[in-house]
Amino acid sequence: MAQTKQQRLIMRTVILAVLVVAIVYTIFTSATKEKVAVLSVGDEAPDFTLVDLNGDEHRLSDYKGQGVFLNFWGTWCKPCAKEMPAMDRQYEVFKDKGVQTLAVNIAQSDFEVQRFTDQYGLDFPVVIDKTKSVMDAYNINPLPTTMLINPQGKIEKIITGEMTEQDIAAFMEQIVPE
Amino acid sequence: MNKIMCACGHENPEGTVLCGSCGRPLTEEAENQKLVDMRYEGSARRSQTFNKSIVDKVWNFFSSVKVGVSLIVIILVAAAIGTILPQVFYVPATGETEIAAYYERVYGTFGKLYYQLGLSDLYGSWWFQTLIGMLGISLIVASLDRVIPLYKSLKKQRTRRHESFMKRQRVFGIGENTLGEETFAKSEEQLKGLGYNVKHEDGAVLGEKARFSRWGPYINHLGLIIFLFGVMLRALPGFYVDETMWIREGETRAIPETPGYYLKSNEFILETYDKEQADEVFNDAIERVGTIASNYQTDVVLYKKPEDALPGQTDKLEEVKKDSIQVNEPLKFEGFAVYQMDFRLDELRSMQFNLSNKATGESLGDLSVDLVEPEMSYDLGNGNKVELLGYYPDFTGFENGEPQTQSPIPNNPAFLVKMTTPETPKGETSFVAIKQTVEPFGDNKYKLEFQNVETRDVSGLTIRKDKTLWILALGGLIFMIGVAQGSYWNHRRIWIHETKDGQIAVAAHTNKNWLSVKKDLDQVTLVANLPPYIDQHDLEALEEKKDGEKSS
Repeated sequence: MAQTKQQRLIMRTVILAVLVVAIVYTIFTSATKEKVAVLSVGDEAPDFTLVDLNGDEHRLSDYKGQGVFLNFWGTWCKPCAKEMPAMDRQYEVFKDKGVQTLAVNIAQSDFEVQRFTDQYGLDFPVVIDKTKSVMDAYNINPLPTTMLINPQGKIEKIITGEMTEQDIAAFMEQIVPE
Repeated sequence: MNKIMCACGHENPEGTVLCGSCGRPLTEEAENQKLVDMRYEGSARRSQTFNKSIVDKVWNFFSSVKVGVSLIVIILVAAAIGTILPQVFYVPATGETEIAAYYERVYGTFGKLYYQLGLSDLYGSWWFQTLIGMLGISLIVASLDRVIPLYKSLKKQRTRRHESFMKRQRVFGIGENTLGEETFAKSEEQLKGLGYNVKHEDGAVLGEKARFSRWGPYINHLGLIIFLFGVMLRALPGFYVDETMWIREGETRAIPETPGYYLKSNEFILETYDKEQADEVFNDAIERVGTIASNYQTDVVLYKKPEDALPGQTDKLEEVKKDSIQVNEPLKFEGFAVYQMDFRLDELRSMQFNLSNKATGESLGDLSVDLVEPEMSYDLGNGNKVELLGYYPDFTGFENGEPQTQSPIPNNPAFLVKMTTPETPKGETSFVAIKQTVEPFGDNKYKLEFQNVETRDVSGLTIRKDKTLWILALGGLIFMIGVAQGSYWNHRRIWIHETKDGQIAVAAHTNKNWLSVKKDLDQVTLVANLPPYIDQHDLEALEEKKDGEKSS
């Protein structure tokens, strides 16, 4: 008697537990699906290769061992334009400490990007994502978005929105190789 | 827990109303009833047998039909509320603030409240999904709680039931045995002829037909559970994709959520019905509405990047196939389908200008500026040259003397140009926009005059993948099988007993369609000369009616 009772309790507990776990998991995943980027801090930064204005190819994995300050931008985006000069100044400071800056333009014409870099006198490499495939791989939504990639190739931080020069310096400091 | 020992020697679990074997009423309530409640065969629903630990209490909560029905009602009401205003994904706005503003602007205070209460994303809300989940638990628990005891009870049922069970059946009769042993043999034969399964032992015959009809509701629930499981899978990665993309003629774009596929749009085609060519019956409609679209189509080329290619590496794309995407005729590949969903016509593609002398009107040549890939300078020959200094695709005005663009889309293109001719070797600067020319450094001798535009169309495509579809279809099929099983077949039983004093007692039960079981019994009665039966339900109803008449 006591045995069947206990068996039944275990059975009921197991069935309810399985159902509750399944439901909670479903609700959790569907609730977080849209809001959180596919990439998150700690993930391996997806490798890509893009061509800059001089025709040189830049492959992310070539910078392994260095920190990479990866900035997604467009010429029409005002906060992007605002932070560019600060980024350029910090690039000069950190490039010898092993932090590379790479700006990825979203599918604009060579002309616009060239005029923009000339106007602001940018020295760091600017590449153009013509097919938006890198944008897609990084699930970039608002511009500007900046990814801090540490020397191990992992994403250290994801920043959306404009950064001050202080922010930029602090972020670059974060990914200096040891 | 106490077992209930029936007088026939069968041991029943606590909560049983009718003995599982002989059918004797086991509770005082059942004994006082004229007719027994045959739902679940009077077996103990398991929820009623334990009620001690928290797990049992939760179990019993979900086992309740009242709770299940309440959940269904709540879900129906909530789902109905979700249809009052369009849900978030049908709203032409992106970003939380824009969406909030949209609801307030279009639907006023009610819209604002609707958004703030989260009703604008009702079906994706945690509480709605929790309700659906609870309904799922209720379906499973309530079904288990009923189908197992019912199954055991029907499996264990004895051929000979107790007299008290017999006389409490709705269809019951008792009378002389006129044929002796023949009664049973003839009944058995006739019942078999009617398609019944017949058991005959110690002076009792049980004919039973279509017992599986009793499982209908549970099969039905199983289908629903499978359906809900399929819907649940949609939340997991890899099972369900529903994305949109905009692609312009001539563009090559990565297809979102697909493994390394790219799409190139060659052309968007919009065709309308032609009054000359269409059937005459459509003429009225064409006249009334104007133009009626007959075809929306995007001609595309599907590319896949090589296995080892990285995002951004687009020079080695391999062509997979060319296709024309039409409404209801998607491009299909690797479980994905790309549908024609939307379009925008006539986005600017390139602009033609003419360079001329303002005073004489003499033309120095034409140039065409590609708005997607403008060039640095355009040589018109004879020492005439136009240099592009700036390009502002979506010009909105000047800020601190600087031309501004609000997007990368050429909605309102503007250019800063430098015109050089043999007469003006230093060059003249001009700002050229649609219907606007600014000469920032004084009067120019030459002007760049806008001539013409070329446009291109934009296709709105939807990318879908649904690996849960067959599970949903299976769930639906099983659901329908359950409905058919429970609706089109009836579980019928006819008992024919010899009582202790040598009389013949007959009783019949069915879960629905009493007329048919009575007809069956009539046929057996005719052949085996059984005593006449009465429908005690009709009798009860009649009595109630009489009582009512008396009191009024």
